[in-house]
Amino acid sequence: MTGAGSAAGNPVAAEDIVAFVYAEARLLDECRYEDWLDLFAEDGRYWIPAEWDQADPVMQPSLLYEDRFMLDVRIRRLRGVRTYSQKPNSRCVHVLQQPSVEAMDDAANSYRTWTPFHYVETRGDERDYFNGWARHDLMLVDGTLKIRLKRVDLVNLDAPFGNIQLFM
Amino acid sequence: MQAPYSRYRNNPDAVRALVRPREVHRDVYIDDEVFELEMEHLFANTWVYAGHASQAPEPGDFITCEIGGKPLLISRHTDGEIYVNYNRCAHKGTRIAGEASGNAGKMFRCPYHGWAFRTDGSLLSVPLRKGYDGTGFEDMPMGRGLAPVKNFRVYRDFIFVKLNDGGPDFEEFFGDSLSTIDNMVDRSPEGRLILEGAPLRYMHRCNWKMLVENQTDTCHPMVAHESSAGTAVKVWKETGRNDRHPAIELLAPFTSTYKFYEEFGIRVWPNGHGHTGVTNSIHADYSEIPGYWEKMVDAYGEARAKAILGEIRHNTVYFPNIMVKGPIQTLRVFQPLAADKTLVESWTFRLAGAPDQLFARTLLYNRTINAPTSIVGHDDLEMYERIQTGLRASGHEWVNVQRLYEEDEELDTTVVVNGTSERQMRNQFNAWVRYMTQDMDPAAAAMNPAAAAGAERPVAR
Repeated sequence: MTGAGSAAGNPVAAEDIVAFVYAEARLLDECRYEDWLDLFAEDGRYWIPAEWDQADPVMQPSLLYEDRFMLDVRIRRLRGVRTYSQKPNSRCVHVLQQPSVEAMDDAANSYRTWTPFHYVETRGDERDYFNGWARHDLMLVDGTLKIRLKRVDLVNLDAPFGNIQLFM
Repeated sequence: MQAPYSRYRNNPDAVRALVRPREVHRDVYIDDEVFELEMEHLFANTWVYAGHASQAPEPGDFITCEIGGKPLLISRHTDGEIYVNYNRCAHKGTRIAGEASGNAGKMFRCPYHGWAFRTDGSLLSVPLRKGYDGTGFEDMPMGRGLAPVKNFRVYRDFIFVKLNDGGPDFEEFFGDSLSTIDNMVDRSPEGRLILEGAPLRYMHRCNWKMLVENQTDTCHPMVAHESSAGTAVKVWKETGRNDRHPAIELLAPFTSTYKFYEEFGIRVWPNGHGHTGVTNSIHADYSEIPGYWEKMVDAYGEARAKAILGEIRHNTVYFPNIMVKGPIQTLRVFQPLAADKTLVESWTFRLAGAPDQLFARTLLYNRTINAPTSIVGHDDLEMYERIQTGLRASGHEWVNVQRLYEEDEELDTTVVVNGTSERQMRNQFNAWVRYMTQDMDPAAAAMNPAAAAGAERPVAR
């Protein structure tokens, strides 16, 4: 995913970063969770804060703050034959506003985007609707963009939710 | 055919008939009238958790909550004490505090007509007061201020409320079960807990009692959580890593064997309280937090510190609707909203004077196990919702609670039993019947022929 940037002599171009965010959401919508996990850097994290304007993922309550290992556990569980909360399976759809590129720092190897989104997770006859902002902190690993941190802030993060089993 | 107006209202015999020694009728989980009566009787006759005093440390601080469907306002007054009032303006009924918590300053001012109340609930002022001169204002109850809740108790900063006057006092109701709260507080080197962080809020489309029963159900983890904890352990083994992963440390004990749970024991107390994990528990083998032991020894001496930290109780149910985990410093409130709807709020405490890492572990536990994003929570909620719909089936109308039942079992005693016993569930239903019927008026049943006819056993749906 470094085509345009490489052509211009930069490590990565803004349109590459935007394309990455769209492609990431599409993998989730297509239930390709294993491929999605491959987008994370080795020490990458996926974070859903539980407080507004939250500063710290571990000293303040988060709904979710997990490393690749725990995300792998989640995915393996989703595929498990004795995972009864996935009988029937859940599906999801992401509708993204065009990602805004917030930072492009080649020296620090840090590329950040901000993306308002609508998200629907459905299972059987039920459909849950979520809205918020996704922040991607990306980095290049061997010339390929990877997720250092995906942070998902829900607009109604203080409301009670039922099961959220997939990934926003 | 027209449905009977009422089967259970003012009909204590019909309510009693819902609970047998080894089984309970499905109506306790699915019947709307039973739910209404729980709000009116059970949640008014028992001491119900309302909040923690550390949420309102300064004068003017307040928190709001609902008990038995009734809005309450808990505030810290200028005298430094906690007061509990109904959250309803004495004038027209406006809910006077609109937020879950905050600071009211010197007074609560009703946003509708500006009636003002001191932070103990007493009336401070009424705009255009002369309009009430000569109208007998002073004789009206509203002239005194917000309606107070008389029966409340702040025990080691835990605020419990009993809306009705009858029934046991606080000490008699809880008895020795308070030892779990004591232990959680004593785990602070300063003997003080600070409620910190937003609660994780999780909506359940099931009856609240299923959640309470699940707290001492030790025969489900190895089955229901095979998909979460079981998968986590399996994937961890595949990595070949031999360090400790903080989340695995919390999840792996959920895969413990039946033998482990049988041996760790359940202690039941009178009035529906009880706990799992008497001699051992899933919280027994956590990593040491650097610096904590030294602080505990400084505060309590080695022997006492060892005794405090050696108490590793698993889940303590305070009847009717909270669960406390002393060793992990969490409190879950199972808030009933309807017969088939329950809001679970999971709160976290910081141990005053203890290292930050302990609070970090409390937060990790809460999001890993109690969040709507928790894989363990997903397993449990799926079961509750399947029960809520499964109970509509014909054939069996009763739900079984007879594991390790003993003939002529004497409830309302303190005893330690096999950890896979369902005795704590039976204990809860014994208390449930008592506090449901305590203030029911059987004489009123005479006014209600449908209720009288249903007295012998529940009417089939």
